[in-house]
Amino acid sequence: MSDTPIISAGNLSVDFQIGGGLFTSKKFLRAVNRVFIDIPKGSFFGLVGESGSGKTTLGRALLKAVPISDGKIRYSDGEVDYSLRAMNHADLKEYRKRAQLIFQDPYAALSPRMTVRDIIAEPLEVMRITKSREESDQRVRDIADKCRLNLEHLRRFPHAFSGGQRQRISIARSLVSNPKFVVADESVAALDVSIQADILNLLKDLQNEFGLTYLFISHDLSVVAHICDHVAVMYLGRLVETAPTRELFQAPRHPYTKALLSAIPSIDPDHEGAVQKLEGEIPSPTNPPPGCKFNTRCRFAIDICRKEEPRLEHSSKEHDVACHRWEEL
Amino acid sequence: MSLLTVNNLTLQFDTDEGRITAVDDVSFEVNSGGVLGLVGESGSGKTVTAKSIMRLNSSNAVYAPESRLLLKLDDGDVDILSLKHKRDMQVVRGGSVSMIFQEPMASFAPAITIGDQMVEQLVLHKKITKKKASDISIEMLDRVGISDADKRFKQYAFELSGGMRQRAMIAMALSTRPKLLIADEPTTALDVTIQAQVIDLMKDLVTEFGMGIIFITHDLGVIAQTADRVAVMYLGRIVEQGTVRDVIKNPAHPYTLGLLDALPKLEDMDAPLTPVPGDIPSPLERPSGCVFHTRCALAEPRCSQSIPKMVALDQQHTVACFVEAEKRGAA
Repeated sequence: MSDTPIISAGNLSVDFQIGGGLFTSKKFLRAVNRVFIDIPKGSFFGLVGESGSGKTTLGRALLKAVPISDGKIRYSDGEVDYSLRAMNHADLKEYRKRAQLIFQDPYAALSPRMTVRDIIAEPLEVMRITKSREESDQRVRDIADKCRLNLEHLRRFPHAFSGGQRQRISIARSLVSNPKFVVADESVAALDVSIQADILNLLKDLQNEFGLTYLFISHDLSVVAHICDHVAVMYLGRLVETAPTRELFQAPRHPYTKALLSAIPSIDPDHEGAVQKLEGEIPSPTNPPPGCKFNTRCRFAIDICRKEEPRLEHSSKEHDVACHRWEEL
Repeated sequence: MSLLTVNNLTLQFDTDEGRITAVDDVSFEVNSGGVLGLVGESGSGKTVTAKSIMRLNSSNAVYAPESRLLLKLDDGDVDILSLKHKRDMQVVRGGSVSMIFQEPMASFAPAITIGDQMVEQLVLHKKITKKKASDISIEMLDRVGISDADKRFKQYAFELSGGMRQRAMIAMALSTRPKLLIADEPTTALDVTIQAQVIDLMKDLVTEFGMGIIFITHDLGVIAQTADRVAVMYLGRIVEQGTVRDVIKNPAHPYTLGLLDALPKLEDMDAPLTPVPGDIPSPLERPSGCVFHTRCALAEPRCSQSIPKMVALDQQHTVACFVEAEKRGAA
């Protein structure tokens, strides 16, 4: 893993229009709110937060799959260098090969009418990466083998497979174009624990084999703790804390991260529940509170938190936190 | 006698592809004031077992003749499976037994206010006036931590957030003061912070109302924090049963051990994640003998030939495994 970021986003915002027709004024919902994020090349970068925090939208913005409202994103893998907001059609096509997405639900992501071979080969054909059917077949077999799929199964349809096998098919399809950067959006959330471990190990092996960089979006902190080397925590469209995994889990600085960690039910029955319980729920992004977005649920909130939004600042070399009071807490 | 005694429950479904065994010779007990956790992967038969208690399984369900579901009521015991008519089930459904489902949005009628739904079931089961029922409902909503309860009472399910809906669902299930509450993955669709709130709420309510709870989940962490006894299910069979402490700290069945090894634990971030090898077999190709032998590292020839009986390792802890039972000197 090197220190150069493969993805570097600055002041990134994504707005969605809500309501507003002919006679009413337009309203916007800010799903991602002035986010700064650097994803080091070769990292397994975790992105965590509750539902509604904007994790998925941020992931899609980095893939240029949603319109970016403000800010900039730079992609640089050593071979090509793109500024995602100002790129021509040819560059975008090339970027699609280099940046891919693995979906959450392996039941919904695979067409029931296509064979496994056709599902995996589709990106090759759509992006015109291969010249002949034989070449496509060869690439499909190679990647299927790497994803530990039985080659005999390539002629079957997805309904014949279990959740874990389907997720391996889904991964094979995402990796067939030989991407460098992969967004895995809740890719193990729909799987049973016994299968989940298998898919996590596969993602890790594929990373070593192909030198991939992952953005691993998850709501499950214990999964993130095990597989990611960096973690960023999101809340209501804002990045509130980012650090190397070990540091984040051992010395969280933001009150939200602390609360999130203590809310995970411990497997030890003698463990005395959560100490720092979080009251209430995440506010609606259509009507975010002023100041620090977390102030409505934070028990340390003081006047400044309700007025001024804290910036993401270095608390140590690699550990950034956005909280007015991190030093005293 | 315990509040609920399930004896040799066996349940099959008639399907186009043949008869599928969903629950196979399952026995357990639930005491008043106790929480029994039912854990297992998808397809293990947890939900079907719970639905049998409410007789909510579809009409192609066939119960084996020796199956017994005994519920202790104030005026004598009742075998739920012997009830013939729908109206007989009213004593059980919503009266003595309430159920909370995984997806609270799907459990409320979308076009009827939360309040009307709560009042309707109370009037039906408790023979009280609408006014009294409204009072009880609002009080209950307040009790589960919903602010502005009288305002929420008049709202529809879509106006509430996920966590709030699940609280309302709990309020509704508890307003009839059931003796037994079945909670089917009640926190799975919720965020961890909200999950922690709901778990706390349920713990408080057990203490306050003293009812028995069957808590179904695939999450061992949630079980560790809520249940006092746990039964581990695999392919329709209970493979291990005991106190939460025994089962989690001293697992006996290879499947329980496999589940624990596959679970990412915050306490030990460097531990490798070991998947349980293979996939859960299709219910149409049910393995012979011990149902787990196709994925088990300890499997011996006898495991595929005969079904291991539940044997007691000590007073509280039982396991259905030839190899482990022998190793622990219990067979």
